[in-house]
Amino acid sequence: MPTVYSGRAARLDDDAHIDEHRGAANTGLSRRALLRGTAVTGLGALLVVSGRAVICPSQAWGLETASLKPETMATLIQMARDIYPHDRIADRFYAIAVKDHDKKAAENESHRDLIEGGIGDLDARAGTGGYRGLGWEEERVAVLSQIEGTAFFQTVRGGLVVSLYNQKEIWPLFGYEGESYSKGGYIHRGFDDIDWL
Amino acid sequence: MAAPYEHTDDSVVVIIGSGAGGGTLGNELAQKGIDVVILEAGARHEYEDFINDEWASFSQLAWTDKRMTSGDWRVATDFPNLPAWIVKAVGGSTTHWAGASLRFQEHEFKARTHYGALDGANLLDWPITLAEMEPYYARAEDKMGVTRTNDIPGLPGNNNFKIMKAGADKLGYKECNTGHMAINSQPRDGRNSCQQTGFCFQGCKWGAKWSTLYTEIPKGEATGHMEVRPNSQVLRIEHDKTGKVTGVVYADKDGNEQRQKARIVAVAGNSIESPRLLLNSASSMFPNGLANSSGQVGRNYMRHMTGSVYAVFDKPVHMYRGTTMAGIVRDESRFDPSRGFVGGYEMETLSLGLPFMAAFLDPGSWGRSFASALEGYENMAGMWLVGEDMPQETNAVTLHGTEKDAFGMPVANVNFSDHANDLAMRNHAYAQGSALYDAVGATRTFPTPPYPSTHNLGTNRMSEKARDGVVNKHGQSHDIANLFVSDGSQFTTGASENPTLTIVSLAIRQAEFITGEMAAGKL
Repeated sequence: MPTVYSGRAARLDDDAHIDEHRGAANTGLSRRALLRGTAVTGLGALLVVSGRAVICPSQAWGLETASLKPETMATLIQMARDIYPHDRIADRFYAIAVKDHDKKAAENESHRDLIEGGIGDLDARAGTGGYRGLGWEEERVAVLSQIEGTAFFQTVRGGLVVSLYNQKEIWPLFGYEGESYSKGGYIHRGFDDIDWL
Repeated sequence: MAAPYEHTDDSVVVIIGSGAGGGTLGNELAQKGIDVVILEAGARHEYEDFINDEWASFSQLAWTDKRMTSGDWRVATDFPNLPAWIVKAVGGSTTHWAGASLRFQEHEFKARTHYGALDGANLLDWPITLAEMEPYYARAEDKMGVTRTNDIPGLPGNNNFKIMKAGADKLGYKECNTGHMAINSQPRDGRNSCQQTGFCFQGCKWGAKWSTLYTEIPKGEATGHMEVRPNSQVLRIEHDKTGKVTGVVYADKDGNEQRQKARIVAVAGNSIESPRLLLNSASSMFPNGLANSSGQVGRNYMRHMTGSVYAVFDKPVHMYRGTTMAGIVRDESRFDPSRGFVGGYEMETLSLGLPFMAAFLDPGSWGRSFASALEGYENMAGMWLVGEDMPQETNAVTLHGTEKDAFGMPVANVNFSDHANDLAMRNHAYAQGSALYDAVGATRTFPTPPYPSTHNLGTNRMSEKARDGVVNKHGQSHDIANLFVSDGSQFTTGASENPTLTIVSLAIRQAEFITGEMAAGKL
């Protein structure tokens, strides 16, 4: 079962298996362990793989994997961002959006093979340093374009379009207000407030 | 009080489905003292249970049981097991519909006469005229509380409408307003007025939008002549050796098979389930399925020429606030082949929330172009384009050869390919929709492909002659006198208007016919 370690991220997910921690230090990882970890990208928030976890020290969350390799999860998170790149959305939302693949992989061997095989293929196509080693989004997108017809890509994208955009916490970034019945609808809250026509 | 009827009671009219057709027919018969059992495949959720959340609501209301697709329509690629976005619940798709209630036009009842013989199109005139329908349209509008009829004021326009209106004015369109909507603009019939909540598709939590769930059905139940059985999926219709139908076999809430006897059976499961049921009721006497001597059951599947145009502006719109279908342009809904196609189309505002916009704006698309489109969501306006598509014999609902549902019933396969006329009309509509928004200063427009079908029509069509269709002008099957079709599957052609008002009007008319035939001892 994947676990999201974050005081903030804990609010972001309805799943029960979330532990609240104030940061990577509280997850039992020493600074040394963090330094031993593998920095997986030089862009944006730094993701680190340590033990069974993907850690984001700068934003104080971690995602532990049960079935998938943590490196695979780190690559999935990067792949998710490259599929739906929103620069104002933090990595943890992409992590939440793809973490179910670990759960499904634990329950279903063929799903694990699909994801591990797909990521392995992605890394092989990316050359030395793998997918996460490609520094520019355009380079990674070029690799993704080669595999967009595969079951692996379609599985990841098809799940992501729901699991990313259905997170209420990111809706304000798009200007979407969500549920409105409890507020009495918009009849007194701007349904016709356009002032620039 | 809801009246419970015995399974062995063969005096009841059994109606399959509780939506616009079935729910209305049931109430109309019950009001006349005729005993009715409505079997509904879905559960009963009252309107306070509806959810202002797109995916959660979809799970609550949508028909998500497996269906298959084929043909060259994009839905078959993007949503291979979801050909239609319709409802499995008491109230049927009247819980989900947007509320647009437009009468068909005279020429649309005579499509074959006006449009001629188009290659590949299986056009036919309706065996009924606008003049014959007008009194029933009037009764339906009153029943449903349609705005701009019966002295009911129009709804106020929201931001999405104001953009549409400004663009329509610039393009010189004359017929643009907030529509004929079965949504209360003021309290009426014991129901609230619209609070501009913005979740029409998820079921109106105010009960302001007409739905059989909280109008026809409780009114019918109150007569003591109607019972609604939710979670009851009909598997087949049975008949005797004279060829008259005698009842139905259905799976109850526990999955056990039950047999309900009937004097008359009316099928109103929407245009995918209704032909599926008739085809699955094949017997040695009716080897091709019930009411199918013409071979037309399941054929001529229509889904309207649809598409959407969304546009991004340099300033906020908040299109999701307020009535989802908040306004209409009707100028293109006319017969004018000089545009390069027959039939016409309506332009109606539409909005999706962010989760569904992500799923439906350009299914399968990804990358920065797509992501940046969604980042324009706050500044986005949108319209749906709904026009008359051509009936084609090969566009058909059939029983799948191997896939079966939880009760062992073959699932439906929906085969659909656009006719050349549909494509020409869609391209015209995309261009006009984009021009409308460009006229108001859109910075980017998106010609959005059709969603899974919401208007499913024509698969048990009405015809004057038995060889051309499945039912007569009363929805009575040509082959079996006590078997009726009461939903949009009886449409001979699709017209350009949203179908619900016509379905309700036909149900009122059908109830009158059935009552008369029963009184005359013919049924």
